[in-house]
Amino acid sequence: MSLLSIQDLTLSIGTYPILHDVSLTVAPGEIVAITGESGSGKSMTAFATMGLLPARATTTGRILLEGTDLLALSEAEMCKVRGRQIGMVFQEPMTALNPVQTIGAQVAETIRIHEGVSKDDALAQARAMLNRVGLPEDRFPLGRYPHELSGGQRQRVVIAMAIALRPKLLIADEPTTALDVTTQAHILDLLKDLTQEFGMGLLMITHDLAVVADMADRIVVMQHGRVVETGKTADLFRAMQHPYTKALFAASAHKVTLPVAPPPQALLEVKNVVRSYRQPRKGVFGPRPEMQAVRNVSFTLNRGERLGLVGESGCGKSTLTRAILGLEPVQSGSITLGGAPVWTDSRANLDVRRQMQVVFQDPYGSFNPRHRVRRLITEPFHLLSDPPTGEARTQKIAQALTDVGLTPADADKYIHEFSGGQRQRIAIARALINDPALIVFDEAVSALDVSVRAQVLDLLAELCRKRPLSYLFISHDLSVVRTITDRVMVMQAGEIVEQGPTEQVFSDPQHPYTRTLLAAAPQLPDMKKNADAS
Amino acid sequence: MIRYTIGRLTSLCLSLLVASMVIFAVVEVVPGDPAAYMLGVNARPDTVAALRTELGLDVSKPERYLAWTTGMLSGDFGQSYTYRTPVSQMILDRVWVSVPLALFALTLTILIAFPAGIYAASRRGRAGDMTVMGATQFGVAVPNFWFAMILVLIFAIKLRWFSAGGFPGWENGLFTGLKALLLPAIALALPQAAILARVMRSSLLDMLNEDFIRTARAKGLNRRQALWRHAVRNALIPVLTIIGLQFSFLLAGGIVIEQVFFLPGLGRLIFQAISSRDLIVVESVVMLLVFLVIVVNFAVDLAYALVDPRLRTRS
Repeated sequence: MSLLSIQDLTLSIGTYPILHDVSLTVAPGEIVAITGESGSGKSMTAFATMGLLPARATTTGRILLEGTDLLALSEAEMCKVRGRQIGMVFQEPMTALNPVQTIGAQVAETIRIHEGVSKDDALAQARAMLNRVGLPEDRFPLGRYPHELSGGQRQRVVIAMAIALRPKLLIADEPTTALDVTTQAHILDLLKDLTQEFGMGLLMITHDLAVVADMADRIVVMQHGRVVETGKTADLFRAMQHPYTKALFAASAHKVTLPVAPPPQALLEVKNVVRSYRQPRKGVFGPRPEMQAVRNVSFTLNRGERLGLVGESGCGKSTLTRAILGLEPVQSGSITLGGAPVWTDSRANLDVRRQMQVVFQDPYGSFNPRHRVRRLITEPFHLLSDPPTGEARTQKIAQALTDVGLTPADADKYIHEFSGGQRQRIAIARALINDPALIVFDEAVSALDVSVRAQVLDLLAELCRKRPLSYLFISHDLSVVRTITDRVMVMQAGEIVEQGPTEQVFSDPQHPYTRTLLAAAPQLPDMKKNADAS
Repeated sequence: MIRYTIGRLTSLCLSLLVASMVIFAVVEVVPGDPAAYMLGVNARPDTVAALRTELGLDVSKPERYLAWTTGMLSGDFGQSYTYRTPVSQMILDRVWVSVPLALFALTLTILIAFPAGIYAASRRGRAGDMTVMGATQFGVAVPNFWFAMILVLIFAIKLRWFSAGGFPGWENGLFTGLKALLLPAIALALPQAAILARVMRSSLLDMLNEDFIRTARAKGLNRRQALWRHAVRNALIPVLTIIGLQFSFLLAGGIVIEQVFFLPGLGRLIFQAISSRDLIVVESVVMLLVFLVIVVNFAVDLAYALVDPRLRTRS
């Protein structure tokens, strides 16, 4: 008998339908992954199983946990199931823990509310669980607070909380999406080991097909609140039936062809740049120690070149980007764009700055919601001494919107009227409207669904064909960088440890850190190889 | 935590130093000759000169500042010109009314606001929430002296449970003193409680939307447990800020209530001192109020660190 059996689950919030006839099963010791894009209903399926739905949600169908229908349980009965029989791990480890309670107290709480044990016993059990998830006592005493831990360490605490009572089922909702690739690999290993050791069923929700391929025994693909395909991982990857599954897979492995870069002619030159921050004093009168975020970094970006920058959080990518954009001064070294320094005499050089534009990760947060698109994308005009007016301005706006695949009529809309992918197109239009010499893409496609991401990558490739576009593409997603850049730099602890032609670095990495990164990145199975093998 | 405390203490001392300079400058230096000012336009020159000597105005300004501050440190606030008594004695009498009144009112404020705010937040959008929100809207809108008069009408005049004003002094027993302060404390507390309850409610609602509340629910805590164990302490951080501001207001801003209830408090003292141009008293009372407010802010800073471990490690 299966451990969890969801049968014909239909869910609506108010009158808005979310899930239609969702059915799936999880056996003890089995890892089942639900995958799909935003709005597919994968998280709602998890929350329905936990009984943590919004107030106005109504459900039909059954969710059986070892034969008990969870939907028929009262709230008080459900409280006994949560934490005891079903544990849950969430996407955002940074905010999933209570900031004012110690990790020991938070793990022990799961034990104390379900078992009538003393505080000391609960803490001892919490200690054992924290040891098990890889947080040993000498470095992670129970009295630590969440803010003293990194994202990966916090996620381990959340896992310890979820499995403290050895639940039969563990639900993990995008458990590694917010983490770096090497941390992600460790957390996925931990989850896999725990599933085997405890004989738990693991229901994992993720948008990342590559993670799914490495991990899951079975895959459930969802679209618009329906299960469109389900099967054993190997079988599903070998013989996909549903067009949506195929499209999802194709989009995840999407590759673009960039035009050949023009002969090298330096545009952005970064020489021996050092950026350090002074940290708070250790003692009352002690000196303020310095933290070097960027250490002696040098590189050149040529005209028409697409340069990638990869590295994990805290490696100094963002600090370097801010220095390049002239948002912060550097302690030593020089940054020049077309020969002119970005920073002169303790002031940002505006002549240089207006030749650079940036596209950020968050397609909604980077726009003022009260302005129309017309105003949003013409913001860079204020940098010009003689901005276009009247008809010329309207022409420019129409041109910029058309270039990114929108229509001139979109100029009069507000940003909330667009989808995430369209918003990112608008961000690109804003970056392009002044014809800048350099564009910086700072995790510009990281928040997008795979199919939308594929479209935006196509758009970039197309723009490159139309005009010589030089950009610095910063991302933690190695597969995206691999297809959208000519050359790539790998950054670790403030230093560029390896740089070279993208394909060469990816196929024959020289530096040990690059190798670690590439090894940790989950890989999609190669369709062709699978087909040959079968 | 020790470094944080030392840091806050340093800031406290610096604030006091700056405040004393500003007060000294404004009261003594800026309007010209304090002696002439205190005696009015028709004063004879020799009276002014005599007063100048008496007040110690014939020495240089830095020396006067030094004498004033060192005097205060040793408890000598000088002589009141109008009452011919030591200012320290006058202040001491009033402090024993104003500080207990402010503390009493603040306690009531918290006792009313916390349950009301928590109750409203836990019943968001339902009848209980609406009722609390309606009541607090009323409480914020109505001035405290109106409450004071209504309280006097009902409890002093109609029911005769309390006297309508005056303060018998603490020497007649703690209960008698508290009884005399109860109506004024309630009148002071009601509008403040209304504000604080609204802050508590919105702060709690923010917290209830946080991810860690969802985590707590996933552990098996019910709504109530999640609210009490995880939301309340986090919600206290903005609430503490408001409490600090409210104490300062209750201390010095009780003047209208002191008038209504004929209480010999600091508010009335400073009001009388200003009317009679008794600059020595004004300067000393203002300095004392500044001192109390700064000390309260220091206490609030320490309370932040107790509530929020993140502040203890950051400096």
